[in-house]
Amino acid sequence: MEKTVTLQDSGAIDTQTLDINIGPQHPSTHGVFRMNMKLDGETVVSLKPVMGYLHRNHEQIAENMFYLGSMPYTDRLDYFNSMTNNFVYALTVEKLAQIEVPERADYIRVIMSELTRLVNHVSVTGFLLNDLGAFFTPVLYAFRERERILDIFEEVSGARMMCNYFRFGGVKYDLSGEALVAIKDVVSRFPKFLDEYEKLLTKNEILCMRCQNVGILSPELAISASITGPMLRASGVNYDIRKVDNYSIYDRFKFRVPLGKVGDVYDRYYVRILEMRESLKILEQALKEIPAGEIMAKKMAPFVKAPRNFKPPLGESYARVEAPKGELGIYIVSDGTPQPWRYHVRAPSFINLTILEDLCVGHKVADAVVILGSVDIVLGEVDR
Amino acid sequence: MGLTQNATVVDDGLKSELSKKGIVVTTMNELYNWGRRSSIWPMQFGLACCAIEMIATACARYDIARFGAELFRASPRQSDLMIVAGTVTKKMTPQVVRLYNQMAEPKYLITMGACSIAGGPFIDGYNVLRGIDRFIPVDVHLPGCPPRPEALLYGLMELQKKIDSQVIEKTEWYQKGLTREFPIPELGPRGLVPKFNPEVWQPREVDHRKERYGQPIVIRRKAKAPDLDAAPAPPRPAAAKPQPTQPPKPTV
Ligand code: SF4
Repeated sequence: MEKTVTLQDSGAIDTQTLDINIGPQHPSTHGVFRMNMKLDGETVVSLKPVMGYLHRNHEQIAENMFYLGSMPYTDRLDYFNSMTNNFVYALTVEKLAQIEVPERADYIRVIMSELTRLVNHVSVTGFLLNDLGAFFTPVLYAFRERERILDIFEEVSGARMMCNYFRFGGVKYDLSGEALVAIKDVVSRFPKFLDEYEKLLTKNEILCMRCQNVGILSPELAISASITGPMLRASGVNYDIRKVDNYSIYDRFKFRVPLGKVGDVYDRYYVRILEMRESLKILEQALKEIPAGEIMAKKMAPFVKAPRNFKPPLGESYARVEAPKGELGIYIVSDGTPQPWRYHVRAPSFINLTILEDLCVGHKVADAVVILGSVDIVLGEVDR
Repeated sequence: MGLTQNATVVDDGLKSELSKKGIVVTTMNELYNWGRRSSIWPMQFGLACCAIEMIATACARYDIARFGAELFRASPRQSDLMIVAGTVTKKMTPQVVRLYNQMAEPKYLITMGACSIAGGPFIDGYNVLRGIDRFIPVDVHLPGCPPRPEALLYGLMELQKKIDSQVIEKTEWYQKGLTREFPIPELGPRGLVPKFNPEVWQPREVDHRKERYGQPIVIRRKAKAPDLDAAPAPPRPAAAKPQPTQPPKPTV
């Protein structure tokens, strides 16, 4: 750091590197996240992510809680997508205790998690554009649609964001006819909104120039760093847990997995837009096929009123879902008591964040902010 | 709190009589407070889940701009209001206090959500601060998990009432030589040092938590791992299955 600025013979200017800190309070870090950057001029030389500002002891609390008591806490992991978090926790415990889920409940779960994907992708593209400098206007569009879907969540579960809707062996409340009509309404309107959104953005010259060939993630690096979700698919790797694992009833629906070619920020943005269109297809099919019937497994009937008595047998289980951010998995070891012995969350945004330095080095500071936006992190899930 | 001390300064009858003739009568206080309460600039400062509801409040449907508070500033030096939206962890507390110290007077603070009021659902966590009011003074507490956007608007209206009630000559931030600096806690090996700021917050003498909010979560030490290689249990109804349980040692 002691070097002085000298004009060298070659004509290049030798400068000092500069340490800067972005965060924890910074509007573009999407919460409380800190980036320790070394800059040469405006170019990022190295970047060290500092996490833990939102470590809320989720795992420890869950290990001392009765099983159903952790369900509201999973809402608060990735607070955009409470429904998919509920989904994976319910799946894990169902795998552990071998609970069969009634068909209608399965359909409701799929509908809810696809609606969640719409909410997440629409907001993350809004925030990404916010980072690009389109201050707040795309977010206004995105949140307008988000509110419509949150209305549905509120109708079915009673809460806007923290739904706490899934139960082991089913869901808490049945979908009413009105809710189904509302979902159909949203599904039929959404393509129009997407067209409008895309018309403003997808071919926008500024967006293309800022995003294309920025933060390229090669498929090899993505696989070796176990990146999942839209980030992996934007690099051209065909891996979608809905297809690979066929959890719940996803094998009944026809949908395609959109893939990117280059793996840059633009591809990540565009894969998300295309995924929303695929989600709409799943929703249409699910709404057509949804059967009438029970929404709660018979086996779980005694625990509806007394969830503290629920004791899964000795054993371990891991279930995963394709959450909007990637592979979300929960691992539980049960020792037969009402509390899990070990509870662990595989958080997609935490693991997707590990390659931030590889993506950012060599780019400008302004690009680093955009790359972080395209990784799509939620600090509640990163730090847990 | 005397939230109405400015209300009766000018006679209402006289006011309406004069306003028919196109004359507006007001006091310096009212004019000044009207200006201040109609342009509260909050700080763009989100900590956790509640911040998303704060953003939703700023967006089209709820539109916080109706209350003149739509200009979220990224810098504490430019903002009047800090909305602590989310869980304050022990690692984040020094930064929150420092940000509050950096704001220019007059400054206000809304705690949004159960977490920033008292720790919320995560109160039993080892890393979660049990309320930011231990370190900095709070103007409006806004319970909920998360509070709905309407609730945030209501909290803002309550804050406006508070601003309306202030008298310029008496308010502390208008006095000479006021420096309100709150000590910044440091994260030591045993948690935050100091644990609280006695000028702002005193620990309660009686802890009503157990009676009012139910049992705290008992953090047990789990010593012995279950033997998963033992013969896997046959799929029987989970509740009817007797299990060898070792009595856990409660260590709070
Ligand atoms: S009060 Fe609830 S919603 Fe708000 S930050 Fe805490 S856990 Fe999240």
